[in-house]
Amino acid sequence: MNPREEKVSIITEESTANDEDAEVGRREKSSKVQRQQRKKQPPRADSEEMVTGKAQPGQEEPEMHLLSMPARRGPRSLPPIPSMSRTGFAEFSMRERLREKLQAARSKAESALLQEIPTPRPRRLRSPSEKELETEFGPEPCKESQATSHRNDSQSYSRVKFHDAVQKIKSKPQAPPGFPSAEEAYNFFTFSFDPEPEEPTVKARAKNRDGTHQEEEGEEESPAGGMNKMVLNVIARAGTPQKDEEELLGSQDAKDFLLGLDPAPDEFVVVRPAEYEGTHTWLEKEKELLFFPSRRAVPTWKKLPENVQPRFLEDEGLYTGARPEVARAQQNVVENRLLRQEPERKWFGDDGRILALPSPIKPFSSRPRPLAQEPSAQAGLETHYKKAVKYVHRTQHVVGSADPPGSFQLDIDISGLIFTHHPCFSREHVLAAKLAQLYDQYLARHQRSKAKFLTDKLQALRNAVQTGLYPEKPHQSLDATQKTIKEYKSEIRETRKLRDAEQEKDRTLLKTIVKVWKEMKSLREFQRFTNTPLKLVLRKEKVDQKADEEAYEAEIQAEISELMEEHTEEYEQRLGEYRASYQQWKAWKKAQQKAKKKKKKQAEEHPEGEAEEELYPGEEPVKPIPPELLDHAVLEQQARERAAHSRRRPGEPVLLPELSLTGSVTPDDQCPRAEVLRREDVKRRSVYLKVLFNSKEVSRTVSRQLGADFCVHFGQIFNLQIFNWPESLTLQVYETVGHSSTTLLAEVFLPIPETTTVTRRAPVEEVEFSSSQHVTLDHEGVGSGVPFSFEADGSNQLILMTSGRVSHSVAWATGDNGTPLIPPPSQQSLGFRSALKRADAISSIGTSGLTDMKKLAKWAAESKLDPNDPNNAPLMQLISIATSGESYVPDFFRLEQLQQEFNFVTSEELNRSKRFRLLCLRSQEVPEFRNYKQIPAYDREILEKVFQDYEKRLRDKSVIETKDHIDTHRAIVAKYLQQVRESVVNRFLIAKHHFLLSDLVVEEEVPNMSILGLSLFKLAEQKRPLRPRRKGRKKVTAQNLSDGDIKLLVNICRAYDIPVRKPPASKSQQPARSSRTFSDRHAASPGAHSPPHSPDTPLSQVSVRPFVEVSFQRTICHTTTAEGPNPSWNEELEFPFRAPNGDYSTASLQSVKDDVFINIFDEVLHDILEDDRERGSGIHTRIERHWLGCVKIPFSTIYSQARIDGTFKINTPPVLLGYSKERNVLLERGLDSVRSLSEGSYLTLFITIEPQLVPGESVREKTSDLLKKFDSQEDEKLLQATEKFQAECALKFPTRQCLTTVTDISGKTVFVTRYLKPLNPPEELLNVYPNNPQATAELVARYVSLIPFLPDTVSFAGICDLWSTSDQFLDLLAGDEEEHAVLLCDYFLFLGKKAWLVMGNAIPEGPTAYVLTWEQNHYLIWNPCSGHFYAQFDTFCPLKSVSCLIGPDNIWFNIQQYDSPLRINFDVTKPKLWKSFFSRSLPYPGLSSVQPEELIYQRTDKAAAAELQDRIEKMLKEKIMDWRPRHLTRWNRHCTSTLRHFLPLLERSQGEDVEDEHRAELQKQLGDYRFSGFPLHMPYSEVKPLIEAVYSTGVHNTDVPNVEFALAVYIHPYPKNVLSVWIYVASLIRNR
Amino acid sequence: MAAANPSVFLLMVNGQVESAQFPEYDDLYCKYCFVYGQDWAPTAGLEEGISQITSKSQDMRRALVWNFPIDVTFKSTNPYGWPQIVLSVYGPDVFGNDVVRGYGAVHVPFSPGRHKRTIPMFVPESTSTLQKFTSWFMGRRPEYTDPKVVAQGEGREVTRVRSQGFVTLLFNVVTKDMRKLGYDTGPADTQGIAGPSLPQGIPR
Repeated sequence: MNPREEKVSIITEESTANDEDAEVGRREKSSKVQRQQRKKQPPRADSEEMVTGKAQPGQEEPEMHLLSMPARRGPRSLPPIPSMSRTGFAEFSMRERLREKLQAARSKAESALLQEIPTPRPRRLRSPSEKELETEFGPEPCKESQATSHRNDSQSYSRVKFHDAVQKIKSKPQAPPGFPSAEEAYNFFTFSFDPEPEEPTVKARAKNRDGTHQEEEGEEESPAGGMNKMVLNVIARAGTPQKDEEELLGSQDAKDFLLGLDPAPDEFVVVRPAEYEGTHTWLEKEKELLFFPSRRAVPTWKKLPENVQPRFLEDEGLYTGARPEVARAQQNVVENRLLRQEPERKWFGDDGRILALPSPIKPFSSRPRPLAQEPSAQAGLETHYKKAVKYVHRTQHVVGSADPPGSFQLDIDISGLIFTHHPCFSREHVLAAKLAQLYDQYLARHQRSKAKFLTDKLQALRNAVQTGLYPEKPHQSLDATQKTIKEYKSEIRETRKLRDAEQEKDRTLLKTIVKVWKEMKSLREFQRFTNTPLKLVLRKEKVDQKADEEAYEAEIQAEISELMEEHTEEYEQRLGEYRASYQQWKAWKKAQQKAKKKKKKQAEEHPEGEAEEELYPGEEPVKPIPPELLDHAVLEQQARERAAHSRRRPGEPVLLPELSLTGSVTPDDQCPRAEVLRREDVKRRSVYLKVLFNSKEVSRTVSRQLGADFCVHFGQIFNLQIFNWPESLTLQVYETVGHSSTTLLAEVFLPIPETTTVTRRAPVEEVEFSSSQHVTLDHEGVGSGVPFSFEADGSNQLILMTSGRVSHSVAWATGDNGTPLIPPPSQQSLGFRSALKRADAISSIGTSGLTDMKKLAKWAAESKLDPNDPNNAPLMQLISIATSGESYVPDFFRLEQLQQEFNFVTSEELNRSKRFRLLCLRSQEVPEFRNYKQIPAYDREILEKVFQDYEKRLRDKSVIETKDHIDTHRAIVAKYLQQVRESVVNRFLIAKHHFLLSDLVVEEEVPNMSILGLSLFKLAEQKRPLRPRRKGRKKVTAQNLSDGDIKLLVNICRAYDIPVRKPPASKSQQPARSSRTFSDRHAASPGAHSPPHSPDTPLSQVSVRPFVEVSFQRTICHTTTAEGPNPSWNEELEFPFRAPNGDYSTASLQSVKDDVFINIFDEVLHDILEDDRERGSGIHTRIERHWLGCVKIPFSTIYSQARIDGTFKINTPPVLLGYSKERNVLLERGLDSVRSLSEGSYLTLFITIEPQLVPGESVREKTSDLLKKFDSQEDEKLLQATEKFQAECALKFPTRQCLTTVTDISGKTVFVTRYLKPLNPPEELLNVYPNNPQATAELVARYVSLIPFLPDTVSFAGICDLWSTSDQFLDLLAGDEEEHAVLLCDYFLFLGKKAWLVMGNAIPEGPTAYVLTWEQNHYLIWNPCSGHFYAQFDTFCPLKSVSCLIGPDNIWFNIQQYDSPLRINFDVTKPKLWKSFFSRSLPYPGLSSVQPEELIYQRTDKAAAAELQDRIEKMLKEKIMDWRPRHLTRWNRHCTSTLRHFLPLLERSQGEDVEDEHRAELQKQLGDYRFSGFPLHMPYSEVKPLIEAVYSTGVHNTDVPNVEFALAVYIHPYPKNVLSVWIYVASLIRNR
Repeated sequence: MAAANPSVFLLMVNGQVESAQFPEYDDLYCKYCFVYGQDWAPTAGLEEGISQITSKSQDMRRALVWNFPIDVTFKSTNPYGWPQIVLSVYGPDVFGNDVVRGYGAVHVPFSPGRHKRTIPMFVPESTSTLQKFTSWFMGRRPEYTDPKVVAQGEGREVTRVRSQGFVTLLFNVVTKDMRKLGYDTGPADTQGIAGPSLPQGIPR
């Protein structure tokens, strides 16, 4: 392959690459350097070079390379390897030739140089910017474009120029030396590129120039240079496309030749001074080469061919279109450039401007504007008013048949109008009109000839009677004939009367006609002219006089006979009446006389009674007058008179009037002036009619002049194309007088034609109209509404109103094929109402029509219901049934008549379905089924027992069962409680479905300023890393839990003061701690009462080995055994928790009734080794455990408190046989001052649930929420005040609960102080210690504590806290702390103590209510549930915090810093410590109490109590035997009876001060037994807790073989069925 | 065995919470849970789930894609209380607090097959403008006490909500034994009915 070609291609590649990333990486640097160097090199050099290169490839091009390339080499260090490898193959062979050529060139240059030297050019110094401009922007693109144009068309201007230059150079050898242009060119090529600073390198290069030549070519990579190169090469190739192959070798040769000359310039450079080309020459050269198109406008003549005037097509009227917007200057530039390049001027149009297509950009968007003529955009958006189209109309077409709409046509033919009165009527006209009217009447009557008809009828009837009286056919029954004859006769009578009336009318009419005609005639004569052509002719018809007379006479006779008959009938009837009444009268008369006689007698006897009798004499009947028989002659007279009056006399001719218009009207000129005026006035008047369809004018007639006869003939037919069913059709009569006014005379309402009347068959009808206008005229016209008279004297006045008749006909048009163009039945509707009418039969014929089948059928026929329309099928069927007679009208009304169709089973079947029942019950939230899951899909899978509980409950609602309760009263109470609970639950369920926003949406409260301020302070607060903060445990919502997830953790820490064992033989009579008197307890003086220590208490001996057993939900765990009376266990016990029914919802958990029993036992080891000899080899002991006491904590407390932490008093039995409260001497010293304040043993516990359960809403919160939902009877103001008070309190001390209102048992909100009121305790309690108020108080407290405790959370599962009044509480015999506290407080108030209710927190109850009393000098805190009381400063007081006090008339909220009763002041009068609810601003309004006036106590039936006692004892014994299934249970009767005796003692002393005697007694009686046992004391509620309690003591858990048991129960009854239960359980082991 | 005479029917739902359109918010995640009646019990799969946090796509759609799978199987005896999926979407507000961006619920489709559901989401509104401001400022917007509220009708009348965006869900539903228990939910089930028979009149 040809190396040169290859090189070219490589360069092209490289240069293109260079173009793209000219400033990347290494090349960036090098290119900068190159540029600097090239700046010295004139840009045109390239172009020159390019041209020359092309023109003379053999000579100049290589030379240029030689000169320029080394200059660029300097900073570059490209490895020469690639070039070396390339040059290698042909270079050496060519070297010789090249050298020769170079020699020649050198000599040439030498001679040129010699000429040049004398004028050394100054060094070029140009500003870099200028250079930059030239090298980079100006010349190069220009060059490029030139170059491309070279390539494309050889005629380009520059090309020509270059050709010239080439030619110059070519011709140089021929030209003599010194020719400036040639010389210059030569200089340019030889010297201008000589860079001085690079001389040494150039020299160095020169030596291996042959080798580097190609490399230099390759290295010419600067952006501009590269570009040039590329262009050059392209030109080279494009310029010689055909001879490429042939000339390649030649050019190669030339190049080689040139290369060979390389060393020559070296020598020149050395000797010459620096070359410099002056700016001037530079610019000149530039000017020669570069072209800057001018910005000035090009004169038009330049752009046009010679001698051609520009023509402007636009001026000639041709469309040119808008030229695109181009800046003028730019246009000029382009024009100049084009002129320079293209001499042909083909770019210019006739007008001397550049040809341009009209601007393709449309001024507007192509979307057609809505309204082209309106430029504003809003025009298209404007709304146009369109009248609403009647909906009915449209639907009619939809509903209607396929008839094209609008084809219905109503033809109204208005033929004419006749005035029966008009203001312009003359008097004669009035008469004429009257005459005409009468005549019309006459004609009508004549036509009907009613009189004749009646006469005929009469005749017929008479004949009938005649035949009836003398029947020819006797087969008819006589009765029937009589009856018919009677009927006939009465009919004859009626008909005769009618006929007479008719005949009379006929006659009067005739008379009137004649009279009017006569009047008219006289008027005509009087006024001497005639206005009307009316003429009446009376025709006489001769009659046969004789026949007439006969007929007349016969008629009269018949009439008379009939009348006679009538009269006799009447007479007889009256006679009968008379007789009857006469009899009556007679009877009355007699009675009267008798009465009179009586009266007389009476009057003699009792004169005063007379008046009374006479007061009611009774109606005195008038004595009847006998009727008179009418005379025949009189009757005849009457008949004849009547006949003469009404009938034509016999022989009189029949008069037949005939009215004709044949009379002549007097012409105008013969009339008087007034008449002429009238006639003229009439002529001026014209009349037209407007036709109104549905009260819209649709057309009007032409205006017609009023004729002299006051008739107007229109004869116009209006075809109304209608859409709507005609509702009204009106004609309006207008009259125009002259040209002036048009007055509405009258409106005529035309009837809507029947659907059967079609055009040709319609009769012309006349409709009368009249107007109420008043017109007075100044001529002969009589006017209208104005009185006038015919008489000369003006008497007998008449007032006539304008009136007239319109003759018209209205009919439906017929179509082409004869079909009437009547709207179909569907359209026969009068608007909306009538559309309804069609659709709804009821609205059409009324509801009564539904029962009246005939009406319905009639309606159906009228409305032309299509019987084939399926819509009408039921109706049609109904009608057909109704009309066919077998009518079935149901006598009931069914509301949802299709309901049965939708029942897929019968209701009985549905009710039988167990599944359905289950679903129903569940949806009703019946407790048993509320959470029933997965109701089976089939009935058969539902077990019957599912319902058993529910049904049982329903059954038991009324039945009181005593099985569980033993005591009937308790059973009733339990039942009642159950009912209350249910009702409350129901209320709650309703309230639960009533949501507040806070129930659904959690939203932050708007923080107030104080909180904001606090939080801001917190931001500024120092961080205290050394003060750790307790992190709350993660709380778990209870929903997703299941069995086993929840654990109850009980941590038993330690115990204090556990009773210690007493050696059985010990006789020391140590009083128990509990034996202190009341006074010691609060006024503690420890030293005085510290018991004498028994000297025999051995310190070394193990006094007690207690351990704790905790049982929860029948899971039992126990700790290890510790030693001593103050043991420390520190053990954690874990219990699994199971929620009832696996329901872990909050409500369910709150209602868990399970308790945690914590029992403390003493572990006693008994050596039971039988044989002392074995003692050395073995230990044989038995472990016994002795119950010491227990603590019971309900789960609900743990759940609501989340944790329970504290020291609790252990419930120890009052008597613990074998144990005593031994005291460690050492301890006594140090702690006695504190400890001795209280008696009993204590246990420190920590209980919690793991994981922590969200305690639901605490009862309080829930209550407050619910309170809003429950209603109240309190004053609204008070309620608002409570809310305010609570809010204020909550703000200050959010943890302290403030109680102002509570919910009573009926669910209403009650202000809390209403509960506090002095109430009387039972009398017998007061009588026990009449002189000791403290003892009485204790007794009362004990009584209250004996009422069983039942927390509200348990009874009203998580619903709310209900407060029952004290009487309700005593009736229920169950309640929680509040009820106990209220009752106790009320009792104390009764006893005259100052007492308050304390709301606060206690252990273990949590939020609770205590009672505070003020004794002489100190406060006492009473626990109402246990009956215990504590001094204010008692450390073991379970009340831990006090939040508010409630008195009978006020509430005080604790606003002290502390709330522990030890640290607060109970003086409520100090407003700084206690915030009171009622204050000066809100005084106590004197609220009435909700408590009863007095409590009434019934004595409890002792016998019942005794019975209950026996039953409990028996039951417990059975239970103990049950609990010992593997052992024999023996009962020690002797011991039992001893215990039984002992228990009442305990009750009496309330468990105090009896132990020692008891012990002594037991010792005496059961000396040889080892005895362990204790009495339990409980309030009685049910049997179950008793059993639980006995079980928890574990007495039965001994498996000593010869153990015996003793169990005694004692029930002490208190008033109101409050029972105190004592159970003594003991186990005995005989000592050997 | 029991297959012949089933006492429960099964509803298997799988699919995914595909994507969401919340034009104003970014970096959201969603929680889903199922609410169903008392006769329903989940037998397999997860009833609840929390997705990853997703950011908006960069393209025009601006979709928030989770593609969070749902797979759960229920058994039931009663179509009453048919499961509903409750979605709640959370994301950071301008202060970076995690606030709720939408609640929505839809019944699981009744008929077997593949169903796509787009649920409009909403959030409860603050009760007052001041509340609105403070809740915005504190980053504690009003929320439902329990997202399951949106699946029930009771008590909704006390709330006011604003709509927020859309979440698209895909369900594939398979049922078993529903037909045997007498519930026909399928779309024109061809089971038991032969395919469209050939026209009879054509002579062969």
